[in-house]
Amino acid sequence: MEQPLLSMEGISKSFNGIKVLDSVSFSLRKGEVHALMGGNGAGKSTLMKILTGVYQADEGEIFIEGKKVSINDTEDAKRNYISMIFQEFSLVPTLTVAQNIFLTREPKNAIGILNDKECIAKTKELLKELEVDINPTDIIGNLGVGYWQMTEIAKALSQNAKILIMDEPTSSLTKKETEILFNFINKLKKKGISIIYISHRMDEIFQICDRITILRDGKKIATESCDEITMETVIQHIVGADLDKAFEWKERFYSIEGTPILEVKNLSSGTKVRDISFRLYPGEILGVAGLMGSGRSEMVRAIFGIDPIDGGEIFVKGKKHTIKSPTDAIAAGLALIPEDRRMQGLILQHSVKENIILPILSKIKKGVFLDERKANKIAEQFVERLNIKTDDIFKTAGLLSGGNQQKIVLAKWLANNPDILILDEPTIGVDIAAKTEIIDIIRELADSGKSILVISSELPELLAVSDRIIVVHEGRVVKELKRKEIDSEEVLQHAIQGY
Amino acid sequence: MPSKDIKMNDSFNLQNNLSPAKRLKAFDWRNYIVYIAFVGVIIYFSITLHDEGFLTTSNLLNIARQTAMISIMGVAMTFVISTGEIDLSVGSITALASLTAALALQAGLGLFGGIAAGLGTGLAIGIINGLLITKVAIPSFLVTLGMMGIVKGLAMWITDTAPVPIVHSTFNFLFGSGDIGSIPILLIWTLIITIIGHIILKKTAFGRQTLATGGNEMAAKFSGVKTSKIKFLVFVGSGLMAGFAGMLYAGRMHAGRYTFGEGDELSVIAAVILGGTSLFGGVGTVIGTVIGSLMIGTINNGLIIMGLDVSQQMIVKGLIIILAVAFGRKTLKK
Repeated sequence: MEQPLLSMEGISKSFNGIKVLDSVSFSLRKGEVHALMGGNGAGKSTLMKILTGVYQADEGEIFIEGKKVSINDTEDAKRNYISMIFQEFSLVPTLTVAQNIFLTREPKNAIGILNDKECIAKTKELLKELEVDINPTDIIGNLGVGYWQMTEIAKALSQNAKILIMDEPTSSLTKKETEILFNFINKLKKKGISIIYISHRMDEIFQICDRITILRDGKKIATESCDEITMETVIQHIVGADLDKAFEWKERFYSIEGTPILEVKNLSSGTKVRDISFRLYPGEILGVAGLMGSGRSEMVRAIFGIDPIDGGEIFVKGKKHTIKSPTDAIAAGLALIPEDRRMQGLILQHSVKENIILPILSKIKKGVFLDERKANKIAEQFVERLNIKTDDIFKTAGLLSGGNQQKIVLAKWLANNPDILILDEPTIGVDIAAKTEIIDIIRELADSGKSILVISSELPELLAVSDRIIVVHEGRVVKELKRKEIDSEEVLQHAIQGY
Repeated sequence: MPSKDIKMNDSFNLQNNLSPAKRLKAFDWRNYIVYIAFVGVIIYFSITLHDEGFLTTSNLLNIARQTAMISIMGVAMTFVISTGEIDLSVGSITALASLTAALALQAGLGLFGGIAAGLGTGLAIGIINGLLITKVAIPSFLVTLGMMGIVKGLAMWITDTAPVPIVHSTFNFLFGSGDIGSIPILLIWTLIITIIGHIILKKTAFGRQTLATGGNEMAAKFSGVKTSKIKFLVFVGSGLMAGFAGMLYAGRMHAGRYTFGEGDELSVIAAVILGGTSLFGGVGTVIGTVIGSLMIGTINNGLIIMGLDVSQQMIVKGLIIILAVAFGRKTLKK
């Protein structure tokens, strides 16, 4: 058999004593597109970070064209022809395509003056070779996102990359842009470029990839040729047989009759939310499933008054509400635990206490002044109730772990005593212990009468907490499932993939 | 709730009973750099300039008089910078406000007419700044840079660069020249504004929301803070206090003049940053600002007594500001 271009053998990696990669092997042939799949936390990104020199493996070896190499930083990775195509693109939007491609490597003359002509000519040549229809003098910011990615790839190839790593490359692309990208990938294959393709989108993987490797809990489960494996098998491999005990679903009883506490009718907003309708009943936990880029987070932003609503209606307790700002949403009894807690949820340099009391400042006044004693008491109460691990309430929020930060965001909103809680990816970047705690908190809140909307890409988690699940696909609710009707994660996976 | 009573935060309780030694360790002197530096400067001048009378009451009161306007504008600027914005127009506003107040008094509108004209000028410009920044969404640096020129131009134009004398003795007494007992009225104003500013920033919801807006505007917005309203109000406050400072210049000099407050915006910003307010927003202290302003004033005063000429004063002042801010930084690069 032909020698692989890249082979990683027996790679292991632990963080704080927890094994996140356990003797994983992975190989990539010349001109191959190789999909890397697995749930969140399966170890995909750690494996790729080891390949690009961000992390170093505890055990295992990496071979390029049969030669053992050591990759200690991103420069080493570049030297070994490996290039990561970043999801949040590393291009300067105000510079031209050519300027971006040759950034820091600009052609210069003897006294250091830039040779723009050569730069443009070289870029033109490069783009022509790749058969990409982009003008080298176009400003990046004026081009569509799809072209950014191609520019990024062109940049990598101009640095002699032979192995490209693409992480969810289509998540921000339209259907048409995706098609263009796939054509481009096919051309790259013919030129002998190899691609590691990370994605959750099954249909795309079967369309473009040659082989699939599936990771679960840090172990390699299988590597198969795409022609020889079925979607069912892939899903089974990703899900695995045994789910964590903490993620076991318990049937809850609540009434689905009467007025829903929140009803969204034909909501549209921007390009991602096209036509979304659903009902949330008092005491219910409604799960929202969907792929990244399906419009599920944008839907939440619109409901909470962050993005403008273009069409549709929102009813809270049967009354129509016009929500134009988060303030309106909060007044209507809503609370949002946003997707990105560091950017949207917390003021990192402020204390635990300051963060918790931020939404309720107007409620803890004594005359015109803030009642600090009451504020401290509230903050201390929530630190205890949610088991937030901090030295004291005056500790800077940014110094706590992800799980504890997330609990601060929860505390912040619980302090305001909302009727409806919207949680967008509540356990992202949170360790497993904190994860089960957060799941418990969600259940108990619903039991105490709160109504909850949970958006999550982690299906086990979604299945553990939800009473009902709606599936969002391309800005629409395409399916509604009662939890009772879902007997396995596969069913939900199928629904999410759009089948 | 999963509070799991027993397991609950052993560390929490433990840390609450910190030993004095540990408490001392937790003390970060960098937070207090401006106070340390201020005390250092006073001690230094007290020793080296003892015979020249640095430490006399009259000299110290003089420092208070000279720094009053910067301190008062600094209090308002602390709010602006705490939201992550900047106001470059304050120096020009003091000039225009001194003139409008003087003109109103000259026109016989009386004490309250003069006050209304001075404060009104600052208020109006603050409102325009605030609206342009929040409604038209122009960065505050550009809005107030433009406004700095416009207002200065207006101040020169309004009397064709001629100063306007103020003969209203009550106005002059109240806003600059007077002493109550032996305490200069300028010091009293500084104290009043400082206390009010400190209380608003530290003890009210508005203050908290100001810091939240500067700390993470998006998170503040997500939390229901009306960040635009907060920003608008801090610019109105800044304009108003600049107008007030203009009246103090006028009362102190018994005249309105377009040259008043020239370059003050930079002294004010220096005082705020020196005091420990973050130029990027989210962290602010009114007391620190006033100490910063006093420190700059003291250095000025000491250098003058030492007999340094203006050029040397500027160099020393610049060095001290850079050093103080450098030592105060928490993230010193290796």
